[in-house]
Amino acid sequence: MTEITETPATATGPAHPSPLREFWQYFSDNRGAVAGLVVFAAFFLVAVFAPLIAPYPPHEQFRDHLLQPPFWQPGGTLQFPLGTDPLGRDMLSRLIFGARYSFFIGMVVVSIASFFGVVIGVIAGFAPSWLDTLIMRLMDIVLSFPSLLLALVLVAVLGPSLMNAMIAIAVVLQPHFVRLTRAAVLSERPKDYVTAAKVAGAKPGRLMFVTVLPNCLAPIIVQAALSFSSAILDAAALGFLGMGAQPPTPEWGTMLAESREFILRAWWVVTFPGLCILFAVLAINLMGDGLRDALDPKLKRS
Amino acid sequence: MLKFLVRRLLTFVPTFLGVTAISFFFIRLIPGDPILLLAGERGVSPERYAELQTQYGFDKPLWGQYLDYIWGVFQGDLGTSFVTKKPVLDEFLTLFPATLELSLCAILLAIAIGIPAGVVAAVNRGKFFDQTLMTTALVGYSMPIFWWALLLIIVFSSGLGWTPVSGRISLMYYFPNATGFMLIDSLMSGQKGAFASAVSHLILPTIVLATIPLAVIARQTRSAMLEVLGEDYVRTARAKGLTPARVNGVHALRNALIPVTTVIGLSVGTLLAGAILTETIFSWPGVGKWMVDSIFRRDYQAVQGGLMLIAVIVMIVNLIVDLLYGLINPKIRKG
Repeated sequence: MTEITETPATATGPAHPSPLREFWQYFSDNRGAVAGLVVFAAFFLVAVFAPLIAPYPPHEQFRDHLLQPPFWQPGGTLQFPLGTDPLGRDMLSRLIFGARYSFFIGMVVVSIASFFGVVIGVIAGFAPSWLDTLIMRLMDIVLSFPSLLLALVLVAVLGPSLMNAMIAIAVVLQPHFVRLTRAAVLSERPKDYVTAAKVAGAKPGRLMFVTVLPNCLAPIIVQAALSFSSAILDAAALGFLGMGAQPPTPEWGTMLAESREFILRAWWVVTFPGLCILFAVLAINLMGDGLRDALDPKLKRS
Repeated sequence: MLKFLVRRLLTFVPTFLGVTAISFFFIRLIPGDPILLLAGERGVSPERYAELQTQYGFDKPLWGQYLDYIWGVFQGDLGTSFVTKKPVLDEFLTLFPATLELSLCAILLAIAIGIPAGVVAAVNRGKFFDQTLMTTALVGYSMPIFWWALLLIIVFSSGLGWTPVSGRISLMYYFPNATGFMLIDSLMSGQKGAFASAVSHLILPTIVLATIPLAVIARQTRSAMLEVLGEDYVRTARAKGLTPARVNGVHALRNALIPVTTVIGLSVGTLLAGAILTETIFSWPGVGKWMVDSIFRRDYQAVQGGLMLIAVIVMIVNLIVDLLYGLINPKIRKG
């Protein structure tokens, strides 16, 4: 025994790890979540550096190379590694630029939906019962519509464009945030620290957003991650139906819609954009699962 | 239980009114004059304009129009389609069996595969099978189904030539629309090959529509089973010396099915949203495709009616699920 391995603090057990460290410990235990994070980070870098990575601008047309197959197929060349689309544009470049749109859509939609959702949810959690009932009834009404259908009709009202598609999806996703936040607030409200803050004279606004809200964040963060993937999926679906980003925008769903009639002749124009959507959404969902395991105390194996 | 029923029914009424209000006022927000749209490109004389305005009630104030609409709704009158000039309700009811048939097949497929898969995964927790299955389920859950549909068409319709690309049945067959369900009608018609044709048209759309509910059901079954497998009564059943199949399949699964039932009920909304994409891709003549077509044709009367009817269907299914859940699980009734 040349070394003392035990710390003097054995009476109280080992020092509690910092929350961030603990979070990472749980999160990194989940191999799928880490893989998701890596893919997500890769997509993010591609989106940020798209103009540097992409071999061509997304709208440049090569009229001599219409519907050229990928390089490993007969007729394909490394000049266009993933082939070209019906207008002779490089698939790879368009897919790389498409990553920008998907990330942008995810960010904007989740920001709008979570901001309004959380504010309304906190208000509902603290409001007198008539206002709470009114808010929740309104949310029930929105949730009665299948989300994609409501988004579709909203875009029809607002006019088809990427911005309007994002607003519509945010409106459709927002009730989930309201419900979740309200439930979390209601479970925090009877706790002693809230009473203490109230007795200490905290004003309602402070009580709601400074005292209580930070303790409700875990489920909201998980919901935000899952909403990010639904936003990408729904926006792609709207683009596919012609109600989202408009051609020639290299948004993945819109690319699919544009090339739909060529599926029997040129499999690559359909396959690659869909694969990108699938990988991006899958990565985010894997991360979301990991986040939930790491943040939800009920599932922690303590 | 009666109190629970009454309370639940009472919340149904304001939600229903809200749904009609949203579908009504949304449509009024759409830019453009519906009468001019109705008149088409030839234009319309001022007299005819006034006449049409009165005919459709557009001369009244908005709230008056809304009251008229609600009054009509309660009498089963959802207005007339601008394009086909047929009552919206009739159009919806003609097309709905196609959607119902597809959705039922999809949910049955999802249940038939999802529940056993979830049970097997839970019993083999952490093993190779469990991991493979749950990864597959997550892929299914993340699937852009419109792309999945195109992929299946490339492989099975154009590549292997096994299934048709679109429609409900081959044009070779014609028989009366007795029930609206192609599977039943084609069987009843007695024509050789008609049923096989209907089935082959149904396969790909069913797989596409079932994908997401299947993934959700498998994941939910697995987690519900894991929770139940740790309970005392399961340990008791094992200790009694019952076979694992009986313990897992009867004692555990029965209790695990309660949350799974809820998930199945709640996936009706997902199914109807999925039907919009699936029907559009496979040219399936159901309400999903009809809604998309109506939006593009700017047939707002149809969009308004369809939106409301679909929401009401979702609401009714949710209500039934809630009531069933209250019946199975007494804790909920008090909540």
